[in-house]
Amino acid sequence: MSDDRSKGFRRGEEFLSMFSRGLEFTKELVQENEKLRKKILFLEQEQSTAAHNPKDWDGLRAELLARIESLENEKRGTIARLHEVEEENRHFADRYLEVEEENNNLANLYVASFQLHSTLRMNEVVSIILEIVINLIGAEIFAIYAVDENSGAIAPIAAEGFEVKRFPSARLGSGLIGEAVASGQLYTAEAGSAEDDMTPIVCIPLRVQEQPVGAIVIHRLLAQKDGFTALDHELFTLLAGHAATALFSARLYSQSERKLNTIQGFLELLKD
Amino acid sequence: MRQLLTVTLRGLGAVEFVEAKDGMDALRKLTAHEIHLALVDINMPVLDGLKLISLMRNDPKLQSIPVIVVTTEGGAREHEKALELGACAYVTKPIRAARLLEVVKEALGIRAE
Repeated sequence: MSDDRSKGFRRGEEFLSMFSRGLEFTKELVQENEKLRKKILFLEQEQSTAAHNPKDWDGLRAELLARIESLENEKRGTIARLHEVEEENRHFADRYLEVEEENNNLANLYVASFQLHSTLRMNEVVSIILEIVINLIGAEIFAIYAVDENSGAIAPIAAEGFEVKRFPSARLGSGLIGEAVASGQLYTAEAGSAEDDMTPIVCIPLRVQEQPVGAIVIHRLLAQKDGFTALDHELFTLLAGHAATALFSARLYSQSERKLNTIQGFLELLKD
Repeated sequence: MRQLLTVTLRGLGAVEFVEAKDGMDALRKLTAHEIHLALVDINMPVLDGLKLISLMRNDPKLQSIPVIVVTTEGGAREHEKALELGACAYVTKPIRAARLLEVVKEALGIRAE
């Protein structure tokens, strides 16, 4: 009996506790509801004021338009800068290619000049000049001429494309070759402008300190070569100076060698 | 020309060059060294470039070596013949360093910068 009563008390207490929690929760809901009502009322008032006051709308619109304009300007500026950077990039890429090309050209010129001064043997110097003209300039028919100091005759000493004897001799100061060698002026005509294979398109006079040494005369370029490039003109200048010096040195060397042999021969005779 | 090619190809970096004075010398050196690429002229003394390529292609030890022909011969016939024999590229003279480097890099499978 007493157990039933205590159970009834416990359940009553539980019910009361649940009821009081429900009461608290309901109060919180009512308060929240009140807050939301106030918020809705405030917003409705704001909306109604804004709708009835076009000036505020205009202000807002103007503000937004100004912002859009500012963003548009910023975008235009960014695009312009992007184009500038792209242009700069292109310019640097072009410059890089130019520098690389110049670098390669300098390497070619270095090899050419190095080779020209790598020997004092006349036949080797001549063969190096032939190699340079074929491999770097791309000539198919050409000849190397040497000046005879005593007679002033300019005769071919080596050639490519035709036999040496097919190339005509010249005299200092007369004809295209003779005038070029005498004046030291490089002669160039347009590639492919020659009437025949014996008409020169380039004559590079070879001179050492105003003294004419010879000439390189080009008659025809290789079929795949259209015309002369900036590098070709650099090579003409290089050959005009360095090939002349190399030929001159080789000639002096062979003369001195001959004289040395003669003197040695005499000495041998005197010894005997 | 050999020196010019050597100077030009230094642009590839650490590369070792083996030079040959003619076609027969080239064949001997190809067999004696470990070669990864051959640059061959058509007009060579003793053994011309086309014969050299043909011999290389028939030799099991040499047939996989890529060959680039560097020549004055600009005609289509020589070009086709060289490619038929197994050359991987055909470069005509005058030698232009940029073009040669490009072709050599391609033959060696070096990616362009």
